[in-house]
Amino acid sequence: MDIPYTVEERPDTGLFNAKLGVWLFLASEVMLFGGLFSAYIFLRYGAPVGAFHEWGQELNIPLATLNTLILISSSVTMVMSWASLKLNDFKKYKLYMGLTLLCALGFLIIKYIEYTAKFDHHIYPSTNTFYAIYFTLTGLHGLHIIGGMIVLFYFWIPGSKMWDSKPEQFTNRIEIAGLYWHFVDLVWIFLFPVLYLL
Amino acid sequence: MDSHNHHEEPFYRKYIWSTDHKIIGLQYGITSLIFLLIGFSLMMIMRWQLAYPESAVPLVGSIFGEDGMLLPEIYNSLGAMHGTIMIFLGIVPLAVGAFGNYIVPLQIGAPDMAFPKINAASYWCYFVGGVVMMSSFFTAEGAARSGWTSYPPLADIEVGQTMWLIGMIFLITSSLLGSINFITTIIQLRAPGLTWMRLPFFVWAQFVTSFLLVLAFPPLEAAAVLQLMDRVAGTSFFLPSGLVVSGEVLGVSGGGSPLLWQHLFWFLAHPEVYVLILPAMGIIAEVIANNTRKPLWGYNSLVFAVVFLGFMSFIVWAHHMFITGMGTAMSAFFQTTTMIISIPSIIILSAFFISLWGASIRFNTPMLFALAFLPMFGIGGLTGLPLGFAAADIYLHDTYYVIGHFHYVVAPGTIFGLFAGIYYWYPKITGRKMSELLGKLHFWPSLIFMNGVFMPMFIQGLAGVSRRLWDGGLEYAHASGVLHWNEFMSISAWLLGLAQLPFIFNIFYSLKRGEKVDKNPWGATTLEWTAPSPPLPHVNFEKIPEVHRVAYEYSVPGRKRDFTPQTEPKKG
Amino acid sequence: MSSGHSTADIQSHIKVYMTVFAALAALTIITVAASYLDLSTGEGILLALTIASVKGSLVASYFMHLISERALITWILMLTAGFFFVLMFIPMASFIDQAQVG
Ligand code: HEM
Ligand SMILES: [Cu+2]
Repeated sequence: MDIPYTVEERPDTGLFNAKLGVWLFLASEVMLFGGLFSAYIFLRYGAPVGAFHEWGQELNIPLATLNTLILISSSVTMVMSWASLKLNDFKKYKLYMGLTLLCALGFLIIKYIEYTAKFDHHIYPSTNTFYAIYFTLTGLHGLHIIGGMIVLFYFWIPGSKMWDSKPEQFTNRIEIAGLYWHFVDLVWIFLFPVLYLL
Repeated sequence: MDSHNHHEEPFYRKYIWSTDHKIIGLQYGITSLIFLLIGFSLMMIMRWQLAYPESAVPLVGSIFGEDGMLLPEIYNSLGAMHGTIMIFLGIVPLAVGAFGNYIVPLQIGAPDMAFPKINAASYWCYFVGGVVMMSSFFTAEGAARSGWTSYPPLADIEVGQTMWLIGMIFLITSSLLGSINFITTIIQLRAPGLTWMRLPFFVWAQFVTSFLLVLAFPPLEAAAVLQLMDRVAGTSFFLPSGLVVSGEVLGVSGGGSPLLWQHLFWFLAHPEVYVLILPAMGIIAEVIANNTRKPLWGYNSLVFAVVFLGFMSFIVWAHHMFITGMGTAMSAFFQTTTMIISIPSIIILSAFFISLWGASIRFNTPMLFALAFLPMFGIGGLTGLPLGFAAADIYLHDTYYVIGHFHYVVAPGTIFGLFAGIYYWYPKITGRKMSELLGKLHFWPSLIFMNGVFMPMFIQGLAGVSRRLWDGGLEYAHASGVLHWNEFMSISAWLLGLAQLPFIFNIFYSLKRGEKVDKNPWGATTLEWTAPSPPLPHVNFEKIPEVHRVAYEYSVPGRKRDFTPQTEPKKG
Repeated sequence: MSSGHSTADIQSHIKVYMTVFAALAALTIITVAASYLDLSTGEGILLALTIASVKGSLVASYFMHLISERALITWILMLTAGFFFVLMFIPMASFIDQAQVG
């Protein structure tokens, strides 16, 4: 007896298990970043008026803008890789997945440049509460990127064998991985203005 | 397709890295019972210090130093770890991890959980979290000392806290993996015909509990990350500017606020108290319906009450923070929501009481525990009401009254519920009943000594004795009139410990000697009793059951038997 | 996945993805540009968060297919959103309330 609805949808919910699972996971992620955003608001209120804005001036907006664009592109390539599978085009899938990983890598490199630039200016998480929350939020977001990259890499090379044996389930998996990846992008879409622009 | 049935799995696949929800449930159960015992032992040591503050601890005193006296810092460690172990390593894993894992798939007629591998990962995260927590006792710094609530600034600067935070991050991850799994399983894997309003109440309770875990735990995870940053990266999330420690201004940037921690912590921890109680209520519902041989009274209102309770539990948290100087608007808001949330609790309790009315009750061990649960939880809940009013709470906060309040809910409440569950489902798990005689030897002393431990706490608390005092309050004049209760409570606690021996013995004894039973020894209606005892590895049922009726059709007039299983087709 | 995804469907989806991509890129530029305008703090925050919300909903609706997702998912997310706002609002509100009294 197999576990039902791993691939096909349950009629009354219209979902297969993993899709519901990943959305629940994302719901918990919303609350995780919610906790941190709430901390941000709290600390900003507690700081002297305008202090957060002023402390944030040290951040490199052009680089962060570039990073935003890169991450958005990676979201597009991600959804394209899923669409390619839907169109039965495995080669394109490989291409788009590879591009997604490349974007992710680019994002991390830029992040690394930003971090080292801060450290060179003797700016650390301990400098003030703004940088404390800045490093925590971006660091945690970076960890999410790294975690996502591991998963995507798995589906790019070793795990892609599944396409031959169970194409439908493989497509589902890419969809699920994509949901996570878009979510990470979505978090950044909020992090960027909140940390860099306000 | 499936080869599970045909070949024998190697030992490690069967018992260590198993993906069978029943094995994982047992792993959770055994581990958490051991942790409960450890947590209880810590408390028994603390009780010595409270009863006889000037004298060396017998038996184990030598661990603490040459003269065997319990140093204040060790007392603090024991206290913090007692709370942490009991809540995060004992009750939640037992109530959710063990009972949820073992029973929920069976009650909904599923072959396993929706994500068996994630299920195993959840257990092993819990295990690692537990190991990290326990090993902190053996580090140079010692275990955490800042209470299970880990309030900064103390927790930011006191030793031992880092391990606690790392352990918590593992435990939170484990709970998240588990609860996502539960929700998916309950939504997706219900057997054909098992509609929402046909679910046993236990499944509903686990369902709501899982939602609480999924949505409330992450903010604490965020808070734990922030506190970890405070400790290892020198940030000041929870440290205000100009904080003076031991006469010196702390060398940090400051600008943070301890209140932030309290908000994030209680945003989890109030829902968490419902995580502690709801599964127990679910168990009680099953046991009561079965042993009154009557349908549960007001099943629908029970379901609505438990869902409403789940919602409300997210907006009451600041009733733990009345004395933090919040303004009147906030305080009025949280007082109101706190009063509102007691309504569903009362609905549930009343429905259970009414279910007893006119029943010919079978007084077996599970039922005795279930019956005791009702008034005990009642005391716990009612003593919560004064705490929910800011005016009264300003006086009662951080006194033994609060300790009495929540222990009544959790100890003779939840833990009795869990005992009831163990006695009730043991035959399903092992194919044998537990000894009734030993069960009663366990029940009666437990009931008496539970009250012996916790009732005097109300007296001390009302007199104003603070919690978390190493000497129990010797230095305070206002405490002097009630301190003689300490000895009474401590002796009760140790006797309570003794009263658990028949239980522990019973578990092993009945494994070999218990009365052999068939599928359905209690004459119960829900699906788990249509599976073999124990249920088949990995698939549970010989055939996925089909459900035709609501969960509790007991003593329906005109039927031959006094129970009708959910699987029995309706005639015509 | 549901069987409702024919090849033509997917191809029209791809067009949508490209449009969304263009919109996201444009909004990113706009929000950066707006941050150099001489707005008051309140206005700035409002504008930036509005743009971010639009971008966020574009990603969620199209890349994550929320726009055509099953009702159950929508319900779960609405529940989450509710508690998310509680989490945003109340810690802050208690701060304000405290400031008035203290
Ligand atoms: C039925 C209505 C309930 C009400 C009105 C209520 C109210 C309260 C209040 C206001 C406090 C804070 C007291 C203070 O710190 O000054 C409190 C503490 C506590 N309650 Fe309840 N409660 C209720 C039920 C429960 C339940 C069902 C549980 C657990 C299963 C529970 C567990 C706790 C715990 C663990 C604490 C203390 C935490 C600590 O400070 O260490 N309560 N309760
Ligand atoms: Cu509470």
